[in-house]
Amino acid sequence: MSLDKATVAKVANLARIKIVEKDLEPMAAELNNILGWVEQLGEVDTENVEPMTSVAEMRLRWRADEVTDGGYVEDVVANAPSREDGFFAVPKVIE
Amino acid sequence: MGMIIQGATGDWEVVIGLEIHAQVTSKSKLFSGSSAAYGAEPNSQVSFIDAAMPGMLPVFNEMAVEQAVRTGLGLNAKINKFSVFDRKNYFYADLPQGYQISQYLQPIVGEGKIIIDLKEGETREIGITRLHLEQDAGKSLHDQSPNQTFVDLNRSGVPLMEIVSEPDMRSPEEAAAYVKKIRSIVRYLGTCDGNMEEGSMRADVNVSVRKPGEGFGTRCEMKNINSVRFMQQAIIYEANRQVDILEAGGTVDQETRLYDPDKGETRSLRSKEEAHDYRYFPDPDLLPLEFDDAFIEKIRADLPELPDDKKNRFIEEMGLTPYDAGVLVAEKEVAEYFEAVAEGRDSKLSANWVIGELFGHLNRTGKALAESPVKAKALGELIDLIKDGTISNRIAKEVFEEMFETGKKAADIVEEKGLKQVSDTGAIEAAIDEVIAANPDKVAEYRGGKDKLFGFFMGQVMKATQGKANPGVVTGILKPKLDG
Repeated sequence: MSLDKATVAKVANLARIKIVEKDLEPMAAELNNILGWVEQLGEVDTENVEPMTSVAEMRLRWRADEVTDGGYVEDVVANAPSREDGFFAVPKVIE
Repeated sequence: MGMIIQGATGDWEVVIGLEIHAQVTSKSKLFSGSSAAYGAEPNSQVSFIDAAMPGMLPVFNEMAVEQAVRTGLGLNAKINKFSVFDRKNYFYADLPQGYQISQYLQPIVGEGKIIIDLKEGETREIGITRLHLEQDAGKSLHDQSPNQTFVDLNRSGVPLMEIVSEPDMRSPEEAAAYVKKIRSIVRYLGTCDGNMEEGSMRADVNVSVRKPGEGFGTRCEMKNINSVRFMQQAIIYEANRQVDILEAGGTVDQETRLYDPDKGETRSLRSKEEAHDYRYFPDPDLLPLEFDDAFIEKIRADLPELPDDKKNRFIEEMGLTPYDAGVLVAEKEVAEYFEAVAEGRDSKLSANWVIGELFGHLNRTGKALAESPVKAKALGELIDLIKDGTISNRIAKEVFEEMFETGKKAADIVEEKGLKQVSDTGAIEAAIDEVIAANPDKVAEYRGGKDKLFGFFMGQVMKATQGKANPGVVTGILKPKLDG
């Protein structure tokens, strides 16, 4: 697998990361290096080996269905650049 | 019956698949302890997890897994004892995490099937592809301010079940029947309240068209439809739009479209250039969701009787028609009401009273069953009065009318108005004699072979007794007298 400039630009756009034109080529090279290392893992024979889901021997914790949180509007919107009557106010989203 | 669109180049078949988002009935959210209740003040039911504050970690709500498994069993589906939570990445103002925690390649519930009920008691099987658990996003209000959108995160993190169907439906009616059936099943199970107005059930509708016998065409998806009526309108509009494009030599673009109920049309929501690439990957904050057979069996043992089983029982054990049985089981509350009325009574008579008189009155007055002035116990008592001969069926309808208006008990109304059926043979015989004496020509015609006139005499006698004469007793005396 190899990334070209266009793919890097697309991924950057999807991640909302701004990359200027002159940085696209070096970024593609860096990412291709990483992909190359990851691809080396494909050389290991994993036939009959169960996928590892965690490095710790533990299971997903389940909590009881009780209301134990919430009820602090002020804290939730405290850092919002703009707010109105308890709402976050953001620039108009046009559908 | 499938819907056929007659185009200039021949007939077109409509293919429909649905994704239903059903809010899991639970007190708290999927990954946080804030309340999942509807209608609170903005951002008052938001934890730092729901607001995606840095460093916060999700903790899984056990109710969600119980409800998903229960729903899966109700959909006759395969339950996956191992499933995985993934991140579905996209940016939107009401999605603070920048991703939705969902399930992608390994959902909690796999393939299943349900039976949908169509007109005339006809049924069809529709395949279920999967059911997975996911978080809801927050809510954006676009119409509160001219230049800002307001965001309320109360819904952010509320547990949803996304139920995906196979593309098995062929008409708007079948799609409507499917939504109604899913709604009925989750309401029986108590896993979702099915309230479409409050958004606790909404549907994404996939529509494509094809010439009969050909492979599937390109589909368009209409998102977040929250009424069965709008869904049917959207399907009809969209299918015709696609046929027009194809017949003009064009191609249908696979895209998300919005149905505008005011204009009665669909329009493109996102252009192809911006087509979503969700870049799913397993959520590193969450371990796989695992449980054993004992967990499933415990839930299975606790399942209520579901609408299809109830319908079969009503038909086989109670002798109801498939149509009546279907009407009575569609809503859980109706089935409960009917069963309370029919308990220890004639099932068919009970069904007739519930479907005929009760529904008739509820429809006319625009009342829901829960608001009915006549409760199941009261209707049962009325039926008892018919059964033991105290009043005739005809008088019972008058009594019901009054019960519905005043909420009084049947026996009290019968007593107050003196509606008790007359079974006294002496009084009835006197009335019969009067009727016969007053209609000598009709008597002659009857005796000359015009049997149909018997009904006329019955009617006259009932009229003379203000409808209170016991029809069985009248027949027993009238017949020999007329026959001479």
